[in-house]
Amino acid sequence: MAVAQKEILKRKVSIFSKRPNRGFRSTWVGWGFAAPAVVVLLLFFIIPLGYSLLISTKDWPLLGPDHPTNFPDNYVKISDNELFINSLSFTVKYTAIITTILLTLSLGLALLIQEGKSRRNGILRTIYFLPVVTGLSTAALLFLGFLNPTVGPMTFIFNKFGMNPDWLGTPNMALTSTVMMMTWRFTGFYMVIMLSGLQAIPRDIYESASVDGSSRLNTFRFITIPLMRSTLALCLILILTGGMVAFEQFYILTAGGPDNSTVTIVMTIFRQAFSQFEMGAAAAMSVVLLLALVVMNILQLRLVRKDDSGDSR
Amino acid sequence: MNRSIKVRRLVSSALAVLLVGGLTTTAPAKAADPIALTMWTRSTTAVQSQDMVNAYNTANKGKVEIKLTVVPFTEYLAKVSAAAAAGGLPDILAANVIDGPNYTRSGLWLNIDSRIKKLPYWKQLATGHMASATYNQKYYAVPHVVDASSIYYNKVLFEKAGLDSTKPPTTLKEMAIAAAKISALGGGVDGLYFPGNCGGCLAFTLFPSIWASGQKVLNLQGNASYLGTTKAKAVFDVYAKMWKDGTMAVGSKNEAGATQNAVFESGKAGFALLGSKALGTIKESDKLKIGLVALSGPDGGTSTFIGGDTIGISATSKNVEAAWNFLQWTLEDKQQIDIYAAKNFMTSRRDLADNKFALADPRMVLLNKLLAVGQSPYSVRFFQTFNDANGPWILFVREAIFGSGVSKTLLAKLNSSLSG
Repeated sequence: MAVAQKEILKRKVSIFSKRPNRGFRSTWVGWGFAAPAVVVLLLFFIIPLGYSLLISTKDWPLLGPDHPTNFPDNYVKISDNELFINSLSFTVKYTAIITTILLTLSLGLALLIQEGKSRRNGILRTIYFLPVVTGLSTAALLFLGFLNPTVGPMTFIFNKFGMNPDWLGTPNMALTSTVMMMTWRFTGFYMVIMLSGLQAIPRDIYESASVDGSSRLNTFRFITIPLMRSTLALCLILILTGGMVAFEQFYILTAGGPDNSTVTIVMTIFRQAFSQFEMGAAAAMSVVLLLALVVMNILQLRLVRKDDSGDSR
Repeated sequence: MNRSIKVRRLVSSALAVLLVGGLTTTAPAKAADPIALTMWTRSTTAVQSQDMVNAYNTANKGKVEIKLTVVPFTEYLAKVSAAAAAGGLPDILAANVIDGPNYTRSGLWLNIDSRIKKLPYWKQLATGHMASATYNQKYYAVPHVVDASSIYYNKVLFEKAGLDSTKPPTTLKEMAIAAAKISALGGGVDGLYFPGNCGGCLAFTLFPSIWASGQKVLNLQGNASYLGTTKAKAVFDVYAKMWKDGTMAVGSKNEAGATQNAVFESGKAGFALLGSKALGTIKESDKLKIGLVALSGPDGGTSTFIGGDTIGISATSKNVEAAWNFLQWTLEDKQQIDIYAAKNFMTSRRDLADNKFALADPRMVLLNKLLAVGQSPYSVRFFQTFNDANGPWILFVREAIFGSGVSKTLLAKLNSSLSG
């Protein structure tokens, strides 16, 4: 009996001392470390995504217990939704404008204040970054007050110069005002990312270039830009995706107006769900938007990867 | 060594004190924990709701405590719908009168028919409100706030413009003429401040003028509108003219409803189209003395949109008795008079309309009279059609007033939205 027990004990010990099994154990340890992230991903991404897909195949009023399957009705009906179709071109237009402005301005500002030691640059950096700490909805509400035609200070200031811009009253002005707010709110954020990219470029490359007599423009074009590629790509992906899913800024500042001229894709999805109470149709629109974003990001990543391999050659 | 022992002793005695203190303070508190009730209302009734809740909490201190959440009116139905889907409704749930049919059909409220019918004054509860809270001949809610739309005018600006403030305009066309005279005063003063980008507000204030002309706005089933008729068009035309000739404030076109009271309160507008609730919330000053006159048709007649809120107990509430106690308490004479009537708010009961406060104020007398001729439109798709900020009504009415006039295409879209 005792011999048998010893034998079992030996085996147990040998089991735990074998290398592959140590691997087995470390696999579990690995899973243990990954578990919190997996749980978060499951709870807040995979399950909601699956649920959205399910809802998109059903006639799902926000109120009421019955949810009969009606696939593919919700998807087919998207093309009949005039507001959604119009919001596509508006969202793309807004994204193009905000991407151009944010990328140019943030890179420009980063270039201007990249020298780290001076006190002036430190102060400027803080000033540019300050709006970033404001929440997006708060910033939108702040601008809503600023631009109010009756009590807003902007109207007051412009009136002093004999101008009376209707900040949110015409389609173009409503878009311009929102772009203005977004630029104020986000330039500082992208500037910091750009700064980190600029500061990662080794000084000696610039020194070699200047020894070789490279002009400022050429240095910027052939050294700074290529070496900033991954930073630029990151900013581009963030801004483009942010633009395509724009919501709060327009919801608060313009409410999609005037006359539905500033309705974004996400606003139509929100409206479908919470004004029209058609969760199924809203989920179908979300799925379409998700697919478009996935395709857009895959294309961008491919572009960036190709260029990276070109660099390494 | 000694020091560390001292520290340990100190810490352990502190913990002991905390523990004992905690036990002694929490134990009796638990026995007397008040019943916690949750309640949601729309921002448009924030003042009345808060006053009622405060008074009730004070009167029932230690027994019941109502926690009121006020939700922006544009988000209210969305929040309620989402909470209903997730099983997270509060105990006491208010609703815009026009959304009543949505609530009852979806089973959001508890059937309180027998409780209501035990109230001695139940037949005196605001009729339109009770109708909107009825489903299968059973009552699901009681009136919470009664709101009737009318024309507000600034007597101070009337006098300045040489108009007789005791003889306000009795037709919409007369209002436009008076507003033009006030607008001519200049100095940042406008004739009319109009909620030009708020669908709900525009239904609330334009429908009565159409009704006053003898024209229905919706059919009985609530699935088609008569907004393209000559009489409806005549109403839009009066406002379109006021916009074109500059009598209407420029800010009107973007006004989404939230700041219109403030502008009128600032004394910068001769006229505003508001609900009766504004009488209790807008403060008079040396720049503003409020006069009230009924909404009229272009050539006369009077009417009002009887709006406001109803209030019920949510179907999932676990505190039904306590919630009902609050509801019936709000309808009692004392609360209706001391909390509502004393502050120039309309009462939820018809038998209390002629109270001492209302009788002393001719404006309240007018509003109470209007209730007899007023209407509350019925449509299951009212919110989706008229309140939606990107919906068909707001596009239609803006085109009719700020654009090229009544558009047949937009009207067709509106009707198709109503029919679902």
